[in-house]
Amino acid sequence: MAGEEQDRERRLVVEGLHVEVDGRKILHDVNLTVRCGETHVLFGPNGSGKTTLLMAIMGFPRYRVTAGRIVLGGEDITGLTPYERARRGIGIMFQRPPTVRGVSLRQMAALCSGGEADVESMAAEVNLEEFLERDVNHGFSGGELKRSELLQLMAQNPDILLLDEPESGVDMENLQLVGRAIRKLLQKDLRRRRTKCGLIITHTGYILDYVEADVGHVLCEGTIVCSGNPREQLEGIRRYGFEECARCTR
Amino acid sequence: MCQMYEIGELRRRAEAAAEKPAPFGKDLDLSAYTGQAAECSYVDSLEELEEIGEEELARAGVEKSGVRRSGSFVQIDGTVVHRKALEKGVEILSTAEALEKYDWLRDYYWKTVEVDADKYTAAVALQSCEGYFMRALPGSRTIYPLQACLYMREPRFVQRVHNIIIAEEGSELHIITGCASEHEIGAGLHLGVSEFYVKKGARVTFTMIHNWAPGMDVRPRTGVLVEEGGLFMSNYVVMEPLNSLQLYPTARLVGKGATARFHSVLVAQPGSELDVGSRVILSAPGSSAEIISRAVTRGGYIAARGHIRGEVGGVKAHLECRGLILDPRGAIYAVPELEGKAPDVEMSHEAAVGKIAQEEVEYLMARGLSEEDAVSTIVRGFLNVRIEGLPPVLEREIRRMVDLSERKAL
Repeated sequence: MAGEEQDRERRLVVEGLHVEVDGRKILHDVNLTVRCGETHVLFGPNGSGKTTLLMAIMGFPRYRVTAGRIVLGGEDITGLTPYERARRGIGIMFQRPPTVRGVSLRQMAALCSGGEADVESMAAEVNLEEFLERDVNHGFSGGELKRSELLQLMAQNPDILLLDEPESGVDMENLQLVGRAIRKLLQKDLRRRRTKCGLIITHTGYILDYVEADVGHVLCEGTIVCSGNPREQLEGIRRYGFEECARCTR
Repeated sequence: MCQMYEIGELRRRAEAAAEKPAPFGKDLDLSAYTGQAAECSYVDSLEELEEIGEEELARAGVEKSGVRRSGSFVQIDGTVVHRKALEKGVEILSTAEALEKYDWLRDYYWKTVEVDADKYTAAVALQSCEGYFMRALPGSRTIYPLQACLYMREPRFVQRVHNIIIAEEGSELHIITGCASEHEIGAGLHLGVSEFYVKKGARVTFTMIHNWAPGMDVRPRTGVLVEEGGLFMSNYVVMEPLNSLQLYPTARLVGKGATARFHSVLVAQPGSELDVGSRVILSAPGSSAEIISRAVTRGGYIAARGHIRGEVGGVKAHLECRGLILDPRGAIYAVPELEGKAPDVEMSHEAAVGKIAQEEVEYLMARGLSEEDAVSTIVRGFLNVRIEGLPPVLEREIRRMVDLSERKAL
């Protein structure tokens, strides 16, 4: 029983993960544990491997795990396809989602929820009612793409949210809306114990104004060089740059 | 049932073209087919029709109950077995009846399709076997579409039809035509000449669903004339296997502000050869055209052609061919052609042929869809051409066809 409880507590565990993309080694020896109800943020310079980590956790075949494993609630999911992982409660917000022609945002949201979600009211929350009949992501602006992604995640209702730069390309007005939606998805306003977890990539840290994070990680050259208080990390990065993070650990 | 209408010049031209091959599609030997088929008896109500099952009709988009339809026409091989208009303002007759009833119909006979275009048009002219005449009276608007079914069941029969469709001034006419054959027919040939006349300010939507058998060869020949402010919309769907199909309907926009739109949804099964084009000739200022085709091969061959000719300035047209190759045995040949004959024409085209984007498959998989479901969703989306102005009942019909075929493919 104690083991099972521990598994539930440690929702997502990444152990000694090495990942290659098209034969190029991108990640090496990445370790992190997201506990039940926690939100983690990932910082790191461009090309450090942040998106690769999220894509590998979601299980996209191009992101090949060469060593280590990914464990979800005690189950090793390293060999599972993205849809098997999605059905086990992992959801991802794409940084640059593709357009799927002929499939409307309404249909897409219905597919995400297995046909059960109240798509109309969810769309209202992210101000996308007018977009429901449009082909998913077709001709959407940067901010609209983020909101479309959030609408799909709301419909999917995953336990673990992987968010890749949710605030990039979003204007100040919509940032609030995006922030609120993510807060809700992560049960940040819940008074009782939260169960939803988040792993959020951010460059600017703006999202932290809306979503409180528990742990921050700095990823440099394919591995986590620092884990700790996200606010302090962000402050350090703003002041001294990532160079200092890397130096700090040497 | 089969009568010879044409004498004189038309007949001479047809005879001269009796051996003339078509510019596209495999050349068929007409002597391999018979003009003889058993006659069927006429039924007053479609529901009494015993020869074709309800489901079979439904697969060709034809509603046996007649519900949500303004009238029906059914022809089996060479016999018209039912024709009836259910709403005022529309007329349905067999072409032979109509030619007898209206002297003026001669002015619409072989005026948009050349009788000597090829051996197939010639064969229809030399011995025409029925076909339908549909007409919307001036200003009339039917809510529900008229439906026509051209059905074949006699092995090696050549079904020759000549259809004439007239939308009088200010009228609105929606037609759904299902062409189908008994699945076990083996070989058979369908030759269909269709002439459309869209008068001033009239609107015609023509939705054709082909549901032939694997041994069938099909050569429709269609001409359309659109007058001032008129609109012609064609939606063509072929998803079931057949031997070969070749068509290249041509619309002439002769009145100011006339519009033609051709949308084709083509799925080629292994062994099927589809050569499908659409042509629009814009000869009046302010006229516009759109040709969109979506081609998916599951192992068959598809030639998706399109030709737009702008003869005067101030016209606008766009052509779009997209193809998906889902099986290594398949091939798609996309041929978009633009021909501008005046300085200020605005014409464009885009063509793309390829496989399903892996990125899209993975996107859907990340939302919880299995790989098969993701592929099927993308293919259905690809084939789901949104057609502006199409009545919802027809849009639903087309979507139903696509869903049905995709479910079968899975």
